Amino acid sequence: MSLLAFFKLCEHSAMGEAIRDSRWLFPVIECFHLLGLAVIGGAVLVVDLRLAGVGFRSQPVAQLARDAQRWLIGSLMVMVASGTLLFTSEAIKCYYHAAFWVKMTCLFLAIVFTFTVHRKVAMADENQVRPLWNRLVALISVMLWAGVGIGGRWIGFS
Amino acid sequence: MSLLRFCDWLANTQWSIALHESRWEYSIVESVHVLTLCLFLGMAVMLDLRLLGLTMRRAAVSEVVKQLLPWTLAGFVLMVISGSLLFYAIPVRTYQSIFFRAKVLMLISAGLNVWLFHSTTYRKVSEWERDPVPPKRARMAAGLSLALWAGIVIAGRMIAYNWFDCDRQPQPAIVNWAAGCVTDSR
Repeated sequence: MSLLAFFKLCEHSAMGEAIRDSRWLFPVIECFHLLGLAVIGGAVLVVDLRLAGVGFRSQPVAQLARDAQRWLIGSLMVMVASGTLLFTSEAIKCYYHAAFWVKMTCLFLAIVFTFTVHRKVAMADENQVRPLWNRLVALISVMLWAGVGIGGRWIGFS
Repeated sequence: MSLLRFCDWLANTQWSIALHESRWEYSIVESVHVLTLCLFLGMAVMLDLRLLGLTMRRAAVSEVVKQLLPWTLAGFVLMVISGSLLFYAIPVRTYQSIFFRAKVLMLISAGLNVWLFHSTTYRKVSEWERDPVPPKRARMAAGLSLALWAGIVIAGRMIAYNWFDCDRQPQPAIVNWAAGCVTDSR
């Protein structure tokens, strides 16, 4: 099955139809997506600001990263679930929208980066990691997540 | 001059019309407003979660406040500027939106909640700031704050929908009253 055929299948799924036919469903799901955005933004920024050395210095990075992790994972799950529902209601529009592909690329890279390099650096003994390396990791993380957010906002502009 | 007349005057100023009719500027301001949620509300949520004893339990509350505050303030300034511009671009319709009015009421409540918390429970923060789970009054303030901000985000998103706009009549009397619509029954 081609990618386009899969997107068409999503668009014509019962879920996609139900969301399109309803006046309330799309905005309600979108509100969950926005509330998730605030939480994931907080969970990412707290750790990255600390890594970049511009705040939260009284707490060790590893402890802050562990504290933020459950909120990061929890909000990511809310985002993916609500985002998937929104997607099924306009899958074909997404297929032809560059912003959607930018967002998905950034999302894939952000998740991989967060749970590999970022995690390793954040959890490492601070004396073992050079400050410059910390800053670079924080910068890449913020840029990738910002790409997801900006791409997502841009899907709404057609 | 009534607020409605003021909004009407605002809507006819040159920059309001320019922003309203712009191709990119309005979208950019709106995007800044939405994405600043990550900074402003993200930080506020983290503080509320600490006050609920749900994260950063080992850090003292006053430390967390001190560290989060500059970022929260920066986010708040961005929110107010971008939000004011969004209002300025569409003043009359926004002023008469029941969602906008609900949002303003909740914003005032959220502000009162912060003020009340700071002038009562937070004054004695040194007595409880090391507690992994803060006292009940702090947790109640944090819970109320989270609920109000969730309501503010939802109401803000809903301003975009014209279901209850004054130019879509008939509407139930209570909707017209809440939105301050000037209807035929004058």
